[in-house]
Amino acid sequence: MSRLAAKFAELKQANRKALIPFITVGDPNPEFTVPMLHAMVAAGADILELGVPFSDPMADGPVIQRASERALAHKMSLRKVLALAEEFRQTDKKTPLVLMGYLNPVEMLGYQAFADAAHKADIDGVLTVDLPPEEAAECVELLKEKGIDQIFLLAPNSTEGRVKKMDAVGSGYIYYVSLKGVTGAGHLNTADVEAKLAEIRKNTSLPVGVGFGVKDAQTAKTVAAIADGVVVGSALISKIEENLANPQKAKDEIVELLTSMRLAMDS
Amino acid sequence: MTDKYNMPDERGHFGPYGGMFVAETLMEPIRELNEAYQRYIDDPDFIAELDADLQDYVGRPSPLYYAERWSKALGGAQIYLKREDLNHTGAHKVNNTVGQALLAKRMGKTRIIAETGAGQHGVATATVAARLGLECVVYMGAVDVQRQALNVYRMKLLGATVVPVESGSKTLKDALNEALRDWVTNVDNTFYIIGTVAGPHPYPAMVRDFQAIIGREAKQQCLAQVGRLPDALVACVGGGSNAIGLFYPFIDDTSVKMYGVEAAGDGIETGRHSAALCAGRPGVLHGNRTYLMADDDGEIIETHSISAGLDYPGVGPEHAWLKDTGRAEYVSITDDEALEGFHALTSMEGIIPALESSHAMAYAMKLAPTMTKEQIIIVNLSGRGDKDMHTIAQREGIKL
Repeated sequence: MSRLAAKFAELKQANRKALIPFITVGDPNPEFTVPMLHAMVAAGADILELGVPFSDPMADGPVIQRASERALAHKMSLRKVLALAEEFRQTDKKTPLVLMGYLNPVEMLGYQAFADAAHKADIDGVLTVDLPPEEAAECVELLKEKGIDQIFLLAPNSTEGRVKKMDAVGSGYIYYVSLKGVTGAGHLNTADVEAKLAEIRKNTSLPVGVGFGVKDAQTAKTVAAIADGVVVGSALISKIEENLANPQKAKDEIVELLTSMRLAMDS
Repeated sequence: MTDKYNMPDERGHFGPYGGMFVAETLMEPIRELNEAYQRYIDDPDFIAELDADLQDYVGRPSPLYYAERWSKALGGAQIYLKREDLNHTGAHKVNNTVGQALLAKRMGKTRIIAETGAGQHGVATATVAARLGLECVVYMGAVDVQRQALNVYRMKLLGATVVPVESGSKTLKDALNEALRDWVTNVDNTFYIIGTVAGPHPYPAMVRDFQAIIGREAKQQCLAQVGRLPDALVACVGGGSNAIGLFYPFIDDTSVKMYGVEAAGDGIETGRHSAALCAGRPGVLHGNRTYLMADDDGEIIETHSISAGLDYPGVGPEHAWLKDTGRAEYVSITDDEALEGFHALTSMEGIIPALESSHAMAYAMKLAPTMTKEQIIIVNLSGRGDKDMHTIAQREGIKL
């Protein structure tokens, strides 16, 4: 069983939901990332999404765009993200790691080399925003050989046919984008999300994580009540951005926010 | 129109290039768009309306003009110019915006968005939106807003909202990113008019089909005026819409050579250029796989060209395919050479070309003398130079 499948099984057993924080690796600097990841696990994170910075993050709102720009200013790259993941793994062999980013850095590395490198770094899942299942066959196959899950997105306008497609091609979990828009946008509508999740669950038994619009303990609690996992990204990165002169303070505030989310989700 | 060549396949692939590399939220809108496009492109009512607009609103057919004095001075092949500069709004861009706007209307969309580099596509989009009474938002890199102030003003006069994009390199690619973000947020009522043969399927094929009027007319006009097909076609390539528009109807005519001219900026060797096909490598950006300017880590490299319309790190996927198959040849022209082309056409023929088109002129100046006087080159004069007066004056140290 993959680490992701095992994690969701364990959570289900304990009647808990997955808390899945996302940060852009290398933001605000490369030294910040690994200690931050460990601190997030200590604060109650179940799965970590590692944002791979890209020069043209088309699906991201301004907060994650700027995080990418800051990381790239430190010459962060897919290779370096994998090196930092390996560093994290030296002291944490349990927490599933998911790479989230765009396709072009993977294309430049080559799919086979990427699958090998991700395997070496002990990565558990890959979510490539601009790689829909229609174009993903080759990449999915190579990752599968290495035991790495390919995670796909579903959106409010995804049809039943697409849910079936994701169920067939994807593994690990499904990332449901709660609203039409970019990361960090707007407010999610709980009733809409709940209705769509019910539709999605008719056609897949994969766990469903919900992201876009999770901002605080209250929204985390609301989403946890209806989904299998709660993804939070922009709200954490905002803490980094608000404390660029003081990364320690950013770290403390991220820990504080995640702790409050964990508490709210479990209560 | 082409009997043998039948690219792309039904999922938008030109060999390994093209495709649909977008986030999930855009999969449904591009499916919906493709369905509408496939339905209407063969619909007699749609075609009749499009043809009427192209004739009466755009002013087509555009002339095929024999540049006799310039040809004689160059002493080689005879040069004919396809006068897209004479279209309404001053460039070939309007051929596509008229088509996509009619599609938007039939799909019941009430809001139009577009990206623009030089501003020509933005103006052409604002123009058709004004005519159809549709809301229009144009995304434009902040750097381009500065260097194409006149076109920004034109768009505003036409009722469009121009949004300067401050992210990344603040040029065309960033405008495209921002337009995609808008589209993903407003998919229900919004139609995204992409200005070039890039983006996810069906855009590369659809924009090509709307621009192919250039090549269809050029072919007929050349046969009527000269009695035979040309020997070579020359067009500038940024994203590549004017080039594919000219090339496409000639693809099966293998005696006709095709030259796409990219922007070499300060020179390919300096790294400050926009020549994705000549000096880039395959990758994925903006919804399709194609040649790109990217570094070893896959990050997109900032591009440079004196011409804002060519300042783009990718290129249409069909050009990538035509390059790999050898059907078209891609070459590059520096900023300085483009300026020579600009002045040559202006002084020899009394036609002031756009800086983008000047790249094609500059290559024609190199190519013509290598050919015989009996041979014919058609050069696509894709736009007029009015918008570039400020850039050129500044470059040459003249205060206006």
